[in-house]
Amino acid sequence: MSDHDHDHHHHHDHDHSELSETELRVRALETILTEKGYVDPAALDAIIQAYETRIGPHNGAQVVAKAWTDPAFRQALLDDASAAVSTLGHVSRVGDHLVAVENTPQRHNMVVCTLCSCYPWEMLGLPPVWYKAAPYRSRAVKDPRGVLADFGVSLPKETEIRVWDSTAETRFLVLPMRPEGTEGWSEKQLAELVTRDSMIGTGFPKTPGSPS
Amino acid sequence: MNGVHDMGGMDGFGKVEPEPNEPMFHTEWEARVLAMVRAMGAAGAFNIDTSRFYREMLPPHVYLASSYYKKWFLGLEDMLVDKGFIGAEEVAAGHAVQPPRPLKHGKFALVDVERVMVRGKFGRPAPAAAKFKPGDRVRAKNIHPATHTRLPRYVRGHLGVVERDHGCHVFPDTAAMEAGENPQWLYTVVFDGAELWGPDADPTVKISIDAFEPYLEAA
Repeated sequence: MSDHDHDHHHHHDHDHSELSETELRVRALETILTEKGYVDPAALDAIIQAYETRIGPHNGAQVVAKAWTDPAFRQALLDDASAAVSTLGHVSRVGDHLVAVENTPQRHNMVVCTLCSCYPWEMLGLPPVWYKAAPYRSRAVKDPRGVLADFGVSLPKETEIRVWDSTAETRFLVLPMRPEGTEGWSEKQLAELVTRDSMIGTGFPKTPGSPS
Repeated sequence: MNGVHDMGGMDGFGKVEPEPNEPMFHTEWEARVLAMVRAMGAAGAFNIDTSRFYREMLPPHVYLASSYYKKWFLGLEDMLVDKGFIGAEEVAAGHAVQPPRPLKHGKFALVDVERVMVRGKFGRPAPAAAKFKPGDRVRAKNIHPATHTRLPRYVRGHLGVVERDHGCHVFPDTAAMEAGENPQWLYTVVFDGAELWGPDADPTVKISIDAFEPYLEAA
């Protein structure tokens, strides 16, 4: 292993000089991988473009909105989310072992990866920094109500909270409760209420008339 | 390994601070690092478990002080050097000076991009019957392997209940060490908050992990 004790570390990760040093090292590594014929830089560009344009919480929102309006799809989603999502041609392809977990008035679900950053990125996009950072990973399993308070979210004190620690290659998508006052809404209208955090379990969907 | 990456239940890291309208990448180099890790993994230089293990092996002070993609970069560089795909002298020079080592799946090219946009498949045929079924009481073993494992410390030695059976999957503990896929049954195991955190725990909280069969014993 290379010797990290010679690495120059600041307490502030956004420190300009460290960023510059990291940027230089990253460029050097890409140069080496390219010169050795391991990667085509254009393929790296294409990966980044695919992440930036194809994945994101709009995929998960479509799945949730369909589950809210189509009881057969909701059941299929809860039975085998990977199979159910694969029937929706317009949604991003999804890998194996996606598991949808449903919020009810009795139970609220919340997803974490205490060991790293496992996240259903095909459905939600790349995880936000807070999901991958120590405060969330350390506390979500021990003090989920305290973590929810950091998001401005509170639940009735009798509601069961179920925390899913993603320790394997299974990926969890929270199916939030459909907001009241949305009777007769189309899937497209409903999808606009579904937030990323509501599918992680650290938030709720927007409610009709709330600021977007 | 009992590293700082195994954070469940630790105190002192402060509040969760969501960033409004967070961009997908905060700098261009973060995107390049993500793409290089995906590309070299898809080309067969390493598997996902090995790449996680290299991030876990970063010294604790480096792990805690580095941003997410900085950890990815440091782990990637170490891994490629250790496996002989690049040399330390090349890292120092910033250029290739040695001939390449062949990649299992060859150079990562444009035609390979679609492959990295779908997560890998880790389900495998069962080599043996499952030992447990939903409803079974189990104890997470009190084990402390010095190598990669996906059994977090905060559940070790504790009693839980099997809730779901996910079939057989690649076993990260051996895959990370390049000692084979060694497929194992995988279960969702649920623990009461008080079982993990003691009598002061919130009684409404239950926590589950996904546990491979070798992590569990009948209780």
